[in-house]
Amino acid sequence: MSKKNPEYDFKWCPGCGDFGVRRAIEFAMIGRLEETGQPMANNVVVAGIGCSGNLVHLLEGEQPYGIHGIHGRSLPIALGVKMAKPTLNVVVVAGDGDFLSIGGEHIGPQAARNLNICAVIMDNGVYGLTKGQSSPTTLQGKITSSTPFGKLETKTNPLELYLTLGVSFIASGFSGQPRPLSKLIQQGMDHPGFSIVHVQSPCTTYNDTFIELKGDLANGIQPALWDIPEEHDPSDRTAAHDLLQQGGVPVGVLYNDSSRVSLDEAVVGTWDKAQPKTVEQLLGAFEF
Amino acid sequence: MQMRDFVVRFAGEGGQGVVTSAEGLAQSSTQVGYHALTFATFPSQILGGPTWTQARISVDPVLSAGDDVNVLVAFNREAYDAHQQDVLKDGVVIFNSTEFEIEGDDRSFGLPFEELAKSTGNNRAANMVIMGSLAHLINMPQEHLISFVQERFNRGRTEDAEIIKSNIEALSLGRSHIAESGFSLGELAPPEKPKEQQVMIKGNEAVSVGAMAAGLDFYAGYPISPATPILLYMERNLVGKDRLAYQVSSEIEAITAIIGAGYAGKRAMTATSGPGVSLMSEGLGLAWIAEIPLVVVNVQRGGPATGLPTKTEQSDLFGCMFPAHGDVKIPIIAAGTVEECFYGAVKAIEWAEKYQGPVILLSEMALAERVQNITKPDLSKIQEAKRVEYTGSNGYLRYAGDELSPMPIPGNPGAYVANGSEHDHMGDTTHLGEHHVHMTERRFRKVKLLESDDYESDQTDNSIAILPWGGSKGPAQEAYNDLKKAGLPVSWYYTMFLNPLPPKMLEELKKKDLVIVPELNYQGQFSNILRSMGVKAESITQYTGLPFKARTLVAKITEMTNANLKEATRA
Repeated sequence: MSKKNPEYDFKWCPGCGDFGVRRAIEFAMIGRLEETGQPMANNVVVAGIGCSGNLVHLLEGEQPYGIHGIHGRSLPIALGVKMAKPTLNVVVVAGDGDFLSIGGEHIGPQAARNLNICAVIMDNGVYGLTKGQSSPTTLQGKITSSTPFGKLETKTNPLELYLTLGVSFIASGFSGQPRPLSKLIQQGMDHPGFSIVHVQSPCTTYNDTFIELKGDLANGIQPALWDIPEEHDPSDRTAAHDLLQQGGVPVGVLYNDSSRVSLDEAVVGTWDKAQPKTVEQLLGAFEF
Repeated sequence: MQMRDFVVRFAGEGGQGVVTSAEGLAQSSTQVGYHALTFATFPSQILGGPTWTQARISVDPVLSAGDDVNVLVAFNREAYDAHQQDVLKDGVVIFNSTEFEIEGDDRSFGLPFEELAKSTGNNRAANMVIMGSLAHLINMPQEHLISFVQERFNRGRTEDAEIIKSNIEALSLGRSHIAESGFSLGELAPPEKPKEQQVMIKGNEAVSVGAMAAGLDFYAGYPISPATPILLYMERNLVGKDRLAYQVSSEIEAITAIIGAGYAGKRAMTATSGPGVSLMSEGLGLAWIAEIPLVVVNVQRGGPATGLPTKTEQSDLFGCMFPAHGDVKIPIIAAGTVEECFYGAVKAIEWAEKYQGPVILLSEMALAERVQNITKPDLSKIQEAKRVEYTGSNGYLRYAGDELSPMPIPGNPGAYVANGSEHDHMGDTTHLGEHHVHMTERRFRKVKLLESDDYESDQTDNSIAILPWGGSKGPAQEAYNDLKKAGLPVSWYYTMFLNPLPPKMLEELKKKDLVIVPELNYQGQFSNILRSMGVKAESITQYTGLPFKARTLVAKITEMTNANLKEATRA
């Protein structure tokens, strides 16, 4: 949208990882349209607050619906959209600060509900929009604008957290690979339950980790990214847990349990028991 | 002379049947054609703790819980000590003589109700023993009570006959026991059965059914006293295709979930109390700026933070009208009676859809837990609320125009971003001053669509007016009726629409020398707001956790009126 609107005043920094994630989401939505035949208007992008959330305004091509709400609350907004109209494809876009810090309390409940939405998290290990404060995924000891003597806390491991909370589909990706990333996102959208695609999306201004992630063999830097091997069985929870103990950043589908019932399906299962009454009947029950 | 009404207070320990006794009395009285209203207050704990409920039974429609107590039923010593001073000199105290003794109070009558119940073979009939003795005190015919018992316990089970028999026996025992003592209050005038079909309903239930009558589709909530019964009612009844009631994990989830649902085209609502509203602040601001219809019901309790969870107060008006940062003023409807809990909810859903934004319906603990007979609402006169939906093609400018614009619904053409950042016509974020000016004015202009001339007034020629709001309406009306009879020159105004106020009423109020606002808070919140609008308003405040007594208001209003008139003559 923004390109046609000169008054729009948000821009990502050159080289920002979020450009790649935006491409990947566009690919995934188009891929899904081709797959399901549903119109673009059937997609709703619920955005968090931060650089990543602005993705909702920067999508190119035919536009989906979107909500750009308040900090940390993209998940419960998505809960309302999805449960109001379960036929919609609801996608959350948020960053590590929005999703894991202020919004962290909402991950567990959606996992328990198995809310059928896909959250794409852009992790740059820093609060970028507020200019470089430490976030849950900033390394311990790192000096940032809000940790002048080094970060005191340990770094959160989001994938381990999601696994522990019972998220039923967990994938890990990299913004520098939009095509493979789009496949992970599309798998997440197709997954009949709560899916999180956690993406390393570096901030070129405050926490540029491109080289650490991709490695620089000429200078003896081993890449932190490594592909999850094909023989990994994503339905095996213990295997997923073990995989995370190997360190670095695994790329691919870590965990996938599609046997669980999603919240919207579970609700349909209650209709028989409920025997809904008309308002006339409900009011009549108070007569005497 | 025959009595036209009387008040019975039941006091004891939670779990002793205090509430069921009062509600049973109210129920049986309405069944024979009286009007009844209960008032309850509980401790905030699961079991035990001092609790009391009172029922006012009247030949005429009941406006308040009543100033004085004619009969106190004390289940234990503490209850007697705490409440005996509220009992009239010629009243009666029925106490549980199995538990304790009272000496030196000639109003007291010991009734071993638990033992008497046991003697009928039904340990659970103690309530009926009490009711039998109450019936004697007011000379209520036994057949009224018998028909109540028959209706209540006729549940199609084999043991029904046995239960009915033991309960009737308990009624008779209570009656004969007190008859021997010679205690009597006189005779309650015979009932004048209301012409219209009545329903016996609590404020929280009335809110729930009202919202559903207006077409509520989606409810998300989190348990909190005293709003929980709305959540429970919805979870049982707002079920089926295209409807949902769901318990979420916090009030933050509740407000944001209904934002999502309202955006997706549903008539959405949550109910909470003060602490929940505090957590919903930011969400209310989002619904306001992004123009998303939704309703928040605030069943007010007392105090800040956890405050007084089970007491009543009207101290959230500021917090609800101005709940969020930035320029925000939320439309407010405040229910003053159980009936208005129903119609207020209907209106709140209608308003939200009409102006495409958040609406707060204020209720109060004293209304929420009050059971009262009201005329059964005529559902054929209530329309499902509808918003103006966008039906065009893509490329729509959602936020174009000076006030309301049709709202696209996800799934249909017209995709846009509902934006919580300041935005331009298409919903794109912008920081340009001209857009902020335009959008701010657009949002306030939309509220004007809700203005109506819906208010009550009486004796409007007087220069001094009474203007209660919310649940203080009942006691204020009772006071006003007395003052009118006594010839005090005051006028009466009332509306449940606090924002926007009915413009005609506001114009009239601005011409008054004094507008007296009875309200249950320390700061005089409504009179503050009225003064900012150019009304010479002054509050009568009370913050005890209990509703006003009509008598208190009669005295204060008389005093304020006379002082003002004196001042006027001197000038």
